Amino acid sequence: MSGHDSKYFSTTKKGEIPELKEELNSQYKDKKKDAVKKVIAAMTVGKDVSSLFTDVVNCMQTENLELKKLVYLYLINYAKSQPDLAILAVNTFVKDSQDPNPLIRALAVRTMGCIRVDKITEYLCDPLQRCLKDDDPYVRKTAAICVAKLYDINAELVEDRGFLDTLKDLISDNNPMVVANAVAALAEIQETSTRPIFEITSHTLTKLLTALNECTEWGQVFILDALSRYKAADAREAENIVERVTPRLQHANCAVVLSAVKMILQQMELITSTDVVRNLCKKMAPPLVTLLSAEPEIQYVALRNINLIVQKRPTILAHEIKVFFCKYNDPIYVKMEKLEIMIKLASDRNIDQVLLEFKEYATEVDVDFVRKAVRAIGRCAIKLERAAERCISVLLELIKIKVNYVVQEAIIVIKDIFRRYPNTYESIIATLCESLDTLDEPEAKASMIWIIGEYAERIDNADELLESFLESFPEEPAMVQLQLLTATVKLFLKKPTEGPQQMIQVVLNNATVETDNPDLRDRAYIYWRLLSTDPEAAKDVVLAEKPVIGDDSNSIESSLLDELLANIPTLSSVYHKPPEAFVSRAKSTSARPDDEEYTDAVETSYSEWPSSSVDSAAVTSTSSPVAHSVAHSVAKQPGQVAAAPTPTSPPAPVPDLLGDLIGLDNTLIPVDQPAAPSGPPLPILLPTSTGQGLQISAQLVRRDGQIFYSLLFENSSQMVLDGFMIQFNKNTLGLAAAGQLQVAPLQPGASARTLLPMVAFQNISAGPPNTLLQVAVKNNQQPVWYFNDKLSLHIFFSEDGRMERANFLETWKSLPDSNEVTKDLPGAIIHNMDATVEHLAEANVFFVAKRRNANKEILYMSAKGPRGVPLLIELTGSVGVPGLNCAVKTPSPEVAPLFFEAMDTLLK
Amino acid sequence: MAGAVSALFLLDIKGRVLVWRDYRGDVSAVQAERFFTKLLEQEVDPDLHDPVVYDNGVTYMFIQHNNVFLMTAARQNCNAASIFLFLHRVVDVFKHYFEELEEESLRDNFVVVYELLDEMMDFGYPQYTEAKILSEFIKTDAYRMEVTQRPPMAVTNAVSWRSEGIKYKKNEVFLDVVESVNILVNTNGQIIRSDVVGALKMRTYLSGMPECKLGLNDRVLLEAQGRSTKGKAIDLDDIKFHQCVRLARFENDRTISFIPPDGSFDLMTYRLSTQVKPLIWVEAQVERHSRSRIELLVKARSQFKIYSKLHNCSTATNVEIEIPVPSDATNPNIRTSMGSASYAPEKDALVWKVKSFPGGKEYMVRAEFSLPSITAEESAPDKKAPVRVKFEIPYFTVSGIQVRYLKIIEKSGYQALPWVRYITMAGEYELRLM
Repeated sequence: MSGHDSKYFSTTKKGEIPELKEELNSQYKDKKKDAVKKVIAAMTVGKDVSSLFTDVVNCMQTENLELKKLVYLYLINYAKSQPDLAILAVNTFVKDSQDPNPLIRALAVRTMGCIRVDKITEYLCDPLQRCLKDDDPYVRKTAAICVAKLYDINAELVEDRGFLDTLKDLISDNNPMVVANAVAALAEIQETSTRPIFEITSHTLTKLLTALNECTEWGQVFILDALSRYKAADAREAENIVERVTPRLQHANCAVVLSAVKMILQQMELITSTDVVRNLCKKMAPPLVTLLSAEPEIQYVALRNINLIVQKRPTILAHEIKVFFCKYNDPIYVKMEKLEIMIKLASDRNIDQVLLEFKEYATEVDVDFVRKAVRAIGRCAIKLERAAERCISVLLELIKIKVNYVVQEAIIVIKDIFRRYPNTYESIIATLCESLDTLDEPEAKASMIWIIGEYAERIDNADELLESFLESFPEEPAMVQLQLLTATVKLFLKKPTEGPQQMIQVVLNNATVETDNPDLRDRAYIYWRLLSTDPEAAKDVVLAEKPVIGDDSNSIESSLLDELLANIPTLSSVYHKPPEAFVSRAKSTSARPDDEEYTDAVETSYSEWPSSSVDSAAVTSTSSPVAHSVAHSVAKQPGQVAAAPTPTSPPAPVPDLLGDLIGLDNTLIPVDQPAAPSGPPLPILLPTSTGQGLQISAQLVRRDGQIFYSLLFENSSQMVLDGFMIQFNKNTLGLAAAGQLQVAPLQPGASARTLLPMVAFQNISAGPPNTLLQVAVKNNQQPVWYFNDKLSLHIFFSEDGRMERANFLETWKSLPDSNEVTKDLPGAIIHNMDATVEHLAEANVFFVAKRRNANKEILYMSAKGPRGVPLLIELTGSVGVPGLNCAVKTPSPEVAPLFFEAMDTLLK
Repeated sequence: MAGAVSALFLLDIKGRVLVWRDYRGDVSAVQAERFFTKLLEQEVDPDLHDPVVYDNGVTYMFIQHNNVFLMTAARQNCNAASIFLFLHRVVDVFKHYFEELEEESLRDNFVVVYELLDEMMDFGYPQYTEAKILSEFIKTDAYRMEVTQRPPMAVTNAVSWRSEGIKYKKNEVFLDVVESVNILVNTNGQIIRSDVVGALKMRTYLSGMPECKLGLNDRVLLEAQGRSTKGKAIDLDDIKFHQCVRLARFENDRTISFIPPDGSFDLMTYRLSTQVKPLIWVEAQVERHSRSRIELLVKARSQFKIYSKLHNCSTATNVEIEIPVPSDATNPNIRTSMGSASYAPEKDALVWKVKSFPGGKEYMVRAEFSLPSITAEESAPDKKAPVRVKFEIPYFTVSGIQVRYLKIIEKSGYQALPWVRYITMAGEYELRLM
């Protein structure tokens, strides 16, 4: 069943996009389909085909499932970059979600959930609501996951629309697959929420344990992972749960096995009967061993988990050490992990065999593995007192092979063995000294020097040995220098003869005068002072008895161990770190190559920033409570769709703003002329508390057909503020300052009002349309202040937007239906027809006609939006009753979302 | 505890993205590609890398198949075992569709690849990986029809691995019992590890929804039924069942009952860790004459019974013994008492093949190689590869496992024919050189 799709990758070089455009609009189905395939192929190899958005979306209404899937795929990729146009797809989505074919219903709801555009998510709610109650389980299981998708984009919406309850109902669904996906979705939602959403009661437990027998292998994993959070009430319940879960150990899917092991281990904590516990341990061993015949990557995951399990319950695998012996062809990462477990399972009973293995490994080729094997021998010596001697003799045999890195590694571990068993094995020092001149690694050198210093009295030529190192003292790494210093002092204290005395002079001189390393210098000075004031005290300090070191093979602290075991077999248990150490929920709003480039650009602009205050400015702004509270308040208003960045979006605006400031540096406007027009109170955007005494209130206004930014500065700081400059970040409507910001030097306690003329379409931001307007204001005394304001489309409505009735009708008819967008404005109200018409006319929304239909008033109005785009408006509602339906038909429907926002504001 | 992956990437051998599917919109292809190509540049051999790597807030998990890497990127604490297994299943599904999974086949079928990725995983959660059923509603061009398809019932059924309405003229089941012997012998000639991994591989050509019941000479079961177990019952250490087997039922009364998938699948695998006598024993004497030449004398002995219960005369077939030789050896001079042996420089080994090796026989091979008299001073120590053996013994199982019955009941009442075969093979069969 091989395809020939590769032909779609080869394209004609010239005029590719126009060519595709033409083919996409072809009336022949096959040609159309091929064109879509070519577009997807281009997308796959990373070409930007977003400019074909409208043409591709036009192919969406098709009976051909394959074609539909491709268009959907395209949408998932590009909707983010063309959010306005993405609205065009909504109608088809909604229609598809009611298609008679369940595959198409599921596909629609699955794809809609993947389009992370706020405006689309609104339209997702109704189809999702339906699909959650669909007759077909395939649709329900898809819808269940979709709730988690929606929650990820807009949690408030999910809670407001009651999706959580519907999702919880699905736990009792009669289809196991639906149950499993509902569990996965709920578990994920619970992770991000602080409120208890998905609590497992003993009732849910029973239901889920039943579903476990019937759902797919992946579903079983979801359920087991979710259930492992359940705390049994008592030992009896725990035993019951274990009994239901144990059969899963026989499952061929190793994730099911490991998740079952996790659950059993959790419940075992409660089980008091030692017989039951012993029996369970016996039952878990064979499945764990079998995991080692799985694919190497899975073995790796299994081994990392087994490492934890044997720390908690060493008995489970106590007799199975042989299965951890390395095979010749094991990948190195598997060998490394096996070695760790072998050390943990090594005991007096099996040590001989284990040592034979380690010795074998120590002669292999991979250097890292060999080192680890040598170190493993040392660790066994430290762990098993009775076997220490055998371990040492193996190490000595290895030293005799004279492979450089083996010798060095052996010396490092032998030093530890000396620390563990003082005054026991010093007889081997002579053998070690033979390899002295082959040492070239710092750690090995330092270890050897430590040994010489520690046992200086037993090594006849200790002074000669140390002296040989002294010549190169200045070039040695710090670790070796420190050991040399200490060892020489030890030698001198033990053998206070002439030779050592000279040596100590050299060393102290080197370590105090010739070095830049403060650790070394400080240590040298301490020794120097000790030796010169009280040699006896020096002896007490330097030659003090050292605490005996212990076995560190079970090194994970027990509360952490329990947490990790509760996370079998997730990344947490693979890393041996709690999830919070690596889980990053950083949601980059889009994942497109141009974003990457843009980040790079920002990085370079940072370094080019001329002012030294840039750091502090950046810091103040990122931690600015204003930005937070704005975002917060937006998120808190359920009716209003979050247009400002929610707290999860990346802090991109700040660097972007800086970047713009630099790019347009010469347009920064010095302020010297006072201007104080008065007007209604403006909203406070930078409160006094944040602005170090400076308060800024501002609002966009339209006056005499022109857009202004009306600003009020109030200075309650103790100094005169002057040199005000202003800059706007890229925004959806491309608003920027058209003239100079005119603010006189502000005396303490004074305030100034100004009107800043604005121009539109200057610096238009990419990405979804939103109402965010980010502003930076600077003066000569303070850091740069950043604050957020809101764009409203109605300031763009021009005075010449009035349309005659006939003209209105004609225009309405000439536009295709797909250009009509409808939305409910639940907060909007018409208190009085005439007053509303008048009020809207003031805002340049002009009355065209009115009619009545079934107790509802229908108002037709017209307006002219940005770039003179006509907007034909239909408002439906009852006088005095909140909630209006607003429809708009326009040649550029992408402005619809902003338009609705504006209408919502005007009709409040 | 829950966690999902953010995206799945199919990358070429240099780490460049071939096809990717974004599931959560929080890891970009550029970011992943940059990370992975860097990783590959560091190490020539991807074996050296842990298959789980953390970089800048993202965990990457990857496997390799032919010239393709399959990689997931995750920002959450996802189930690592499940994701790796899922990646391997993705390989299986692609292989079912395109026969072989490689760069070429992905390019040739990228439309289907996208469709499959959409169906197999949703929002980073594994959903459905039954290749056979998937191919009922996601088809490649050649098989695609214009009629709109519906999801097969099986996708959401409790029996998610079999579609309804399957029909065969002749109802047959083939059951192969395949045992692999894994053995590790150390330099002292001691067996330090040995086990047998067995698999019951089934190929079913059955109509309708057949209920199957399999009876083995499982000691636990026979004892529970109060039958005599003299000599012929066996203990299986760990049994793993295909998802079609009712695990709770097995836990209760050791009955293996199931509705099988259509076509071939592994019904169960098992493991025996009892010490087995090496079926083929190899001894190799290596004599190095300073740095001029090396002499090998290799003896191989078959130690299985000449007469087995299942078949009156067992013979090992396709025996292949690989004896490592130094990488700089030249001028091979080889003599065998049976079969043929040749020097395989690409493996740094002498490969000795014997087509048919009856039980209780001993054969040998002598070989001599020249070695260069000069070597680099700092040369790495020679790889200490073990002697490796491959073989097959038909009609024979090490464990003595026997299929006592396979009952097939379908409501239409047809008679189905079960065919059972037994074979033993060498698995990881390694003898370390002295």
